[in-house]
Amino acid sequence: MDELYCVHCGRTVEQCDAAACRNARTSLEPPRFCAQCARRMIVQVTPNGWTARCSRHGETASRSHQV
Amino acid sequence: MTAATQQSESTVGEQDVLAVAREQVLERGVGLTQDQVLQVLRLPGDRLQDLLALAHDVRMRWCGPEVEVEGIVSVKTGGCPEDCHFCSQSGLFPTPVRAAWLDIPGMVQAAKETAETGATEFCIVAAVRGPDKRLMSQVRDGINAIRESGNDINIACSLGMLTQEQVDELVEMGVHRYNHNLETARSHFPEVVTTHTWEERWETLRMVHEAGMEVCCGGIVGMGETDEQRAEFAVQLAELDPHEVPMNFLIPQAGTPYEHYETIEGPDALRIVAAYRLAMPRTMLRFAGGRELTLGDLGAEQGMLGGINAIIVGNYLTNLGRPAERDLSMLEDLRMPIKALSDTL
Ligand code: SF4
Ligand SMILES: [Zn+2]
Ligand SMILES: [Zn+2]
Repeated sequence: MDELYCVHCGRTVEQCDAAACRNARTSLEPPRFCAQCARRMIVQVTPNGWTARCSRHGETASRSHQV
Repeated sequence: MTAATQQSESTVGEQDVLAVAREQVLERGVGLTQDQVLQVLRLPGDRLQDLLALAHDVRMRWCGPEVEVEGIVSVKTGGCPEDCHFCSQSGLFPTPVRAAWLDIPGMVQAAKETAETGATEFCIVAAVRGPDKRLMSQVRDGINAIRESGNDINIACSLGMLTQEQVDELVEMGVHRYNHNLETARSHFPEVVTTHTWEERWETLRMVHEAGMEVCCGGIVGMGETDEQRAEFAVQLAELDPHEVPMNFLIPQAGTPYEHYETIEGPDALRIVAAYRLAMPRTMLRFAGGRELTLGDLGAEQGMLGGINAIIVGNYLTNLGRPAERDLSMLEDLRMPIKALSDTL
């Protein structure tokens, strides 16, 4: 599915300030906003991964959790 | 130490502070004074390598070559009532972090992932002012489930400020170490946190120590503190004499009052690491959050050769780290053995 919203700031992909959201800092952050609807997700970071749950679009996870 | 020698040690010229430290810290195991730490923090850039080399020698002499590896997990994330200005988990700032609870199977899995890296320490962390009944029972159930899974990793906790009963309860659960950071110098703390005091944090640390748990207490640098306050904090930690000092470098978090702070420069971070080693020759000094951003891969290695003797591997509480394998292969390249579980029992 296409990403409509920035997972770091929740703005539309067009409105996101790329300098603020695609840098060394955000590369060390899990997603916080749902890419489909921009809802704030419930995020759990674990020692080698993360999971992020949108109340509407369900759960996404880092690669180490998808296996 | 007599007043006279203290005087002479604290008033030596800047050019001599490393020579003084060599004799005082490396040979005799006596940590630097506040003035001396300040002189070290102000050494010119061309002395940095000498400083790191001395800090490494001090670590090898008084702590040895072993590195303690730890993993951490957040069991209660976000929604904290406190206002620590660096923290994305405060419920008082408009950060994107939402409250979350980790269930018992999730705790067991996190402890397993940590043990699989070869780590000997697993720290259970909660974003709270202090634990309530629900959190204490979650921690108890989690620890029991981790043990029942056959995982005998050492378990530490970081659950905020404690009452005496809670301290006793944690001891009884088998928690061997408790983390509670003073975060910054006493004189700077009111700029960083207004909902509780440095002294309240100190009180929890005192109870933890008296109950026989190992004390883990560090802080974050890069929160607008001065060099003087960095030196002040070093000696305040030395006075507390914790088993372990975790050193974090501020990661400016979206929505917090420190969102727009600059991360500190790599050489400054290394200088602080080395200065803290010289202030606390026998204390375990751990690389914690923010090192990836502040120091990168090369800087992490320089830190390991500049006084650090413990690391957190894998992810942090709300931020990601670099993969644990990268740190483990770094330690292998540096020929630094990972502390084994049998050594800690
Ligand atoms: S008490 Fe801990 S979790 Fe709460 S705001 Fe302060 S640092 Fe964050
Ligand atoms: Zn964005
Ligand atoms: Zn969604």
